[in-house]
Formats: sequence, C-alpha cells, structure tokens
Amino acid sequence: MSPLHLCLLLSSGLFCIGLAAALTRGNAILVLLGIELMLNAANLNFIAFWRFGGGPAATGVVFVLFSIAVAAAEAAVGLALVIAVYRHRKNIRLQEVNSLRG
Amino acid sequence: MTLPAQYLWLIPALPLLAAAIGALTPRRGRALAAGAALAGMGGSFLLSCAALAGALAAPAEHQVANFTWFGLGDGVMRLGWLLDPLTGFMCVMVTFVGLLIFIFSTGYMKEDENFARFFCFLSLFAAAMLGLLVANSLLLLFVCWELVGLASYLLIGFWFHKPSAAAAAKKAFITTRIGDLGFLLGILWLQHDANTLLFFDGGRGCLEPAVLSQLALHVTAGGLAVSTAIGLLLFCGAVGKSGQFPLHVWLPDAMEGPTPVSALIHAATMVAAGVFLVARVYPLMTADQALAHIPLHALTVVAFIGAITALLGAVIAVAQNDIKRVLAFSTVSQLGYMMLALGVGSWVAAIFHLLTHAFFKALLFLGAGSVIHAAHHEQDIRQLGGLRPKLKVTFATFAIGMMALSGVPFLFSGFWSKEAILHAAHEWEVSSLPLYAGLIAVVLTAFYMTRLLAETFLGAPRSEHAAHAHESPATMTVPLVLLALGSVLLGFAGTPACPWLQARLSGTPLHSSMEHLFEGGGLMLLSIVLVGAGLGLGWTIYGRRPRTDATAADPLEAAAPRTFAFLGARLKFDELYAATVFRLSAGLATLAAFFDRWVWGGAVTVLARLGEFGGGANRDFDEEGLNGGFDTVSESLRGAGQRYSRAQTGRAHGYMRTVAIAFAILALLLVWGGAR
Repeated sequence: MSPLHLCLLLSSGLFCIGLAAALTRGNAILVLLGIELMLNAANLNFIAFWRFGGGPAATGVVFVLFSIAVAAAEAAVGLALVIAVYRHRKNIRLQEVNSLRG
Repeated sequence: MTLPAQYLWLIPALPLLAAAIGALTPRRGRALAAGAALAGMGGSFLLSCAALAGALAAPAEHQVANFTWFGLGDGVMRLGWLLDPLTGFMCVMVTFVGLLIFIFSTGYMKEDENFARFFCFLSLFAAAMLGLLVANSLLLLFVCWELVGLASYLLIGFWFHKPSAAAAAKKAFITTRIGDLGFLLGILWLQHDANTLLFFDGGRGCLEPAVLSQLALHVTAGGLAVSTAIGLLLFCGAVGKSGQFPLHVWLPDAMEGPTPVSALIHAATMVAAGVFLVARVYPLMTADQALAHIPLHALTVVAFIGAITALLGAVIAVAQNDIKRVLAFSTVSQLGYMMLALGVGSWVAAIFHLLTHAFFKALLFLGAGSVIHAAHHEQDIRQLGGLRPKLKVTFATFAIGMMALSGVPFLFSGFWSKEAILHAAHEWEVSSLPLYAGLIAVVLTAFYMTRLLAETFLGAPRSEHAAHAHESPATMTVPLVLLALGSVLLGFAGTPACPWLQARLSGTPLHSSMEHLFEGGGLMLLSIVLVGAGLGLGWTIYGRRPRTDATAADPLEAAAPRTFAFLGARLKFDELYAATVFRLSAGLATLAAFFDRWVWGGAVTVLARLGEFGGGANRDFDEEGLNGGFDTVSESLRGAGQRYSRAQTGRAHGYMRTVAIAFAILALLLVWGGAR
C-alpha cells in the first residue's frame, strides 16, 4: 500500500472517530472535540494529497493553514457559546439545549 | 559503542513512546505505566551514554544530521539533530537524574489514584526536555521548549482539585509564556535575517562565523547590533523558563505540584532549559563582543540579570518557612549564578554548575519529598524537627546535598562549580558588581541552608506528624544515596587542577597540574571564609538552641519583624505585579468592554432603531394598503411552515445525524454508482 493510501486510511479513521464522538456525546465540549477531529482528518487529506499527489504547488498547505485558522476561530466561538449556555442553564448537555424547537 | 547523530532522535523518542503507552493505559494499569516510563528512561540513559562517548571522541566537532522537513514555494524548512559534548553531558545528566526521580516517584506516588497519568506526564516532560537538547534547529528547540512548558503545566497542576495547584499551574504557564513571546520574536527575526534556523550546517548555520559576522555588522534601533537584539530576545525566553528576575515569580509557586515534579523541574528539566538555551546560542550572544561602538552587549544584560537573581533568591530564601519554598528560592538563586557565569563569558562554568546543581538540587528536593512523605505531608519547618534519629538515610543524604549547595570546601561538587563561576566573575572587566552579588549570595546560601537543616532535623519533634515519622521505603532512599554520591564525585571532574569537564565541553586540550589549584587562591580563601561565616551564623542562631515550640517567632523575626515579614512575603513581587501589570490589563479590558458596549453597541443600536423605524413605517403601509388578498396566501404559507418546523427539533444531535446519514449515502453513491 502506498503512503498516500496509508494517510487516507488514517484520516478516514480519524474522521470516523470524530463523527462517532460528535454523534454520541451529549457534552457540548466533547462534540466540539469530535468536530475538531473531523476537521483535522480533512486537513490530513489535504496534506497527504499535497505531499504524495505530485505537483510542486503549495495549494494543499495553504488550504490547511486557512483551515487551521478557521478551526481556531470556530473553536473560540464554539467555546464562547458553550460558556454562554453554561451561564444560562448551569449545564452543557446538548439534549437539553433545544429552545429553538419549531 | 557510540551513537551517530542521525540516530540521536531515539533519545527523546523512547520516553515519548513511554508517555504514549502511559496515556493509553487505563487507570488501574499502574505497573505497566510505571514500567514503561522506567524502561523508556533507562534505555534513553544508555543511548545518552553512547552519544556522550561519541561526542567525547571528537569534542571540538559538532556532529549534525540535518533533513528537510518541508518545502514551501522557494523556501525550505530544515531541521536536524546535533551532537556535541554539551548535548552529550546534558542528555546523560537529564536521563540519569530523571531516572532516579522516576524511581523515587514509584514510592512517593504509590497511594495516588492517578499514578498511571503521573508517569505519562513525567515521561512527556523528559521527552520534551531531551528533544530540546538534541535539536539542531532553533525551531525544533522552540517546539520542544513549548512542550516542556505544557508538561510542566500538567504536572504542577497534577492535583488540580486543589485551587492553589490549578492557579500555580496557570501562573507558571502564563509567566513563562511572556518570555516565550520574546523568544518567538527572536526566532522570526533570525529566520528573516539569517534565512536559516539551523545551528550548524556546514558553514551556513546561524551559529557559524559567516552568518554571525553578517548579523553583527547590521545596526538596528538604538544603535544595537542585530545579533545583540536577537540575542536579547532569545534571552527573554530563558528569563521566563529559568525563573530569572523579573519573571521568577512562577518558580516558587510551582511547589504546588508533587515533590518529584519539583525535583524534576528544579534540577534536570525546565529551568535548566533556559541556561542550556543561552549556552547553545552562545556564539550568537558573543558575536557583538568585538564591537566597541555599540551601547550594550547582550552578555552584559545576562550578567546583571543573573547577579540580581542570585542575590534576590538568596535573600528571600532566608525568611521562608516551607521546606520546599526555601529550596525553590535557592534554585532561583543558583540559576542566577549560572546566568551570571554565562554573562561574564564562561559558559563552561555555567554548564558545570548546571550539572552539579542538578544532582544536589534533585537530592535536596527528593530528600524534602522523603521528609514530607514521612511526616504525612507536613511541609512547614516550624512543625517538623527532631527527624534526625528517625530518618537516618534521609538526614545523611540531605546533609550532603545541603553542604554541596552551600559550597563546603573541597569535598563537595557545589564548591568547585561555584568557585569556577566566582573566578569567571572576578576576571570580568566590565563591572565587579556581579562578583559582589555572588559573594553575598554565598554567605546567605550557607546561612539559610543551615537554618533549613537545623529546623527540619534537629531539636525535638514539634507536631504529631513529626513525632510519628518513619523512614521511607528503599525505592525512595536508594535514589537519594545515588544522588548523594553524584553530588560529591561530580565536583572532581572539574577541579581547577584537572578541568576535564571544562576541557571536554569547550573542546580544548586538557592541561592538568596541581599548580592551577591555587591560582587565584585569594578568592578561593575568601569564599571559604564566607561559607564558614554563613554556616557559623546559621549554627549560632538555629543549630545551638533548636526551636522547641512550633508557634515561637523565628530569631530573625524577633529581631526585625517588619523586614522578616517583607522577605517572607517574597519582597511583595506578586503584589507589585497585581498592582501594575494585572491592573493595566484589567483596565484595558474594562476600556475594551466600554467601547464594545457603548460605542460599537451604540452604533448597532442606532442602526437597529433605524431598521425598526423603517419596519414600522412598512408595516403601517402594509396593514393599511396591501392587506387584502395576501392573507390567504400567507395562511397557506404558515401551514407549510408549521409542517416544516416540525423538522426543527432543536436537537443538535438530530441535525448532525441527518447530515451524517446524508453524507454516508452520498459516499456510497460515489463509490458504487460511479457518478461521473
């Protein structure tokens, strides 16, 4: 198996772990963690294709840098939301945060 | 057997592997986690010995193994491993002292429920430190440097359920981060101007003459040479990590961690990193020495910061009552000595003192740990006392450590290394203030260590805990004995008569003769007299008539209560920072909040009001003008909307599940359907 395949396998594994965490966990912080894992799986894919996909262009790296910056902003906003929710309800169980129900 | 430079990464990799094993071990897998940590550290020690043997075969050479990390555009980022006697000696010291501390921890942390996690963090700490030592690139060094900071945060806050420990961990992390900002700026500047971060790279590295002379030629703001400015920025990082004035405040608070952690931080890792950094980039720090016209030499700053720290730590240590805090401030003071040695131009003396200090400070901290363990977590020396007959091994080894730290002549390693530093300070031409600061600190060191020893071990037990103390198990006493041996023997590797260590470090031939022993004998005599004075003073005040009552005032406190209280409060540095830096940042935050609420918030409110007004006008027009037939349409829309809104369960998981299922279907379609 080529290194590219190994990288893709690793990243899909990481993605599945992140997806499982995001779907099964009730704690908002753990869900955020799961989302971060999925993002990083995607980043890994970018890097893998950049490294092994041929071509000298640095697109993959630049994409990943942007994606890391966006992920950082996302984590900051997400955690701020979690804190706001916590202040309001004294817990961060996602099942109970459903006041936007139609 | 020697270890070539390209396999040097194995040294940090083994503890890192142990940390990974520890992280994946469940809480009950205590033996596995501890075994992995000990095996990793032991293997790393053997490899370090092999590496040192290789480095000593050609001490003047820098063996490097560089490789390309990644290329981006035209630039290439290269990293590498570096093997020279400095790396070799430091690796052997870190792994040996670290291994003994690990062994001690198996006894000390026996009853802790998070035993496995503790060993995982310890291994990570050691791995980060070793990575820092073998790095041949400032970037790689910085990465490991930050890992050291992370591991120290985790370990100082190991008992995070104690609010004081959590606060101390945060304080350590944030204070060192202030210095790291300077370090990072220095790295960026160096990369910009030198276009490389490799230390040694066949003539093109940033510590090699070609690049250095170019850096020293350029002049930047304030008439400084660029190399001076970069050196000072890098030194900022060392100030934070090595607990130098004015960023020393985190080091005493780091005592909140378990005692083996204190030993590791104060002896082998973390604080040693700052001194090592300056020693490693020493060619850069000295590049401006030949220039006469610049207003400031980088090393002058280093020397003065070191002198201030050496004095400050020693003065504060006199008035502390917590056994670990006395030792913490003595670390601050000894680190000041090392910086002083670096500043006055003798990095070899600094590393010599770093190595000897690692042994006796680890010994003292582990001895303190043994006392604390025996006395059921009683750390206040006023509550201890009378432990000598009960803790025989601990007392004997602690006394050896105490004498090594005080610099008792001839037999103990601390004497030789401190002597080397004082001699270097004596020969410095710029100023003799650092020498005087060092000499005063010699007296104070001997004094407060005598006080510590007398209060802890002599007299009668002054509390229940001290009265029922018992000697610690062999896992704790054996490391003490080994460290005590090291504290005595290591000094003989670097006596003036036969400066083997110094010669190997600097890569110069060894000149040994007994005559050198008494060169500068006057200074040596003076420092012996000063040590004697400190010991005698301590013995007169604390040793002859040991304290009998735990609540009685300290003799010094009775003599000068306000000064003593001021020293006891650590010269009020924390309060000073709270009143200045903290208040400044709180003021800025208030200002930002004010802007947010009234200026930006006001603008938004005005816009919202405008929108509201427009909406109101619209509604009036709507209700009066266009009502009619729209009602029926909107009724049906509302019905549709209500049906749709049932999908809006408000449950984040429900949405996510829908997305995941849709994604899975899409993936299956793409794989099987061949959607092209």
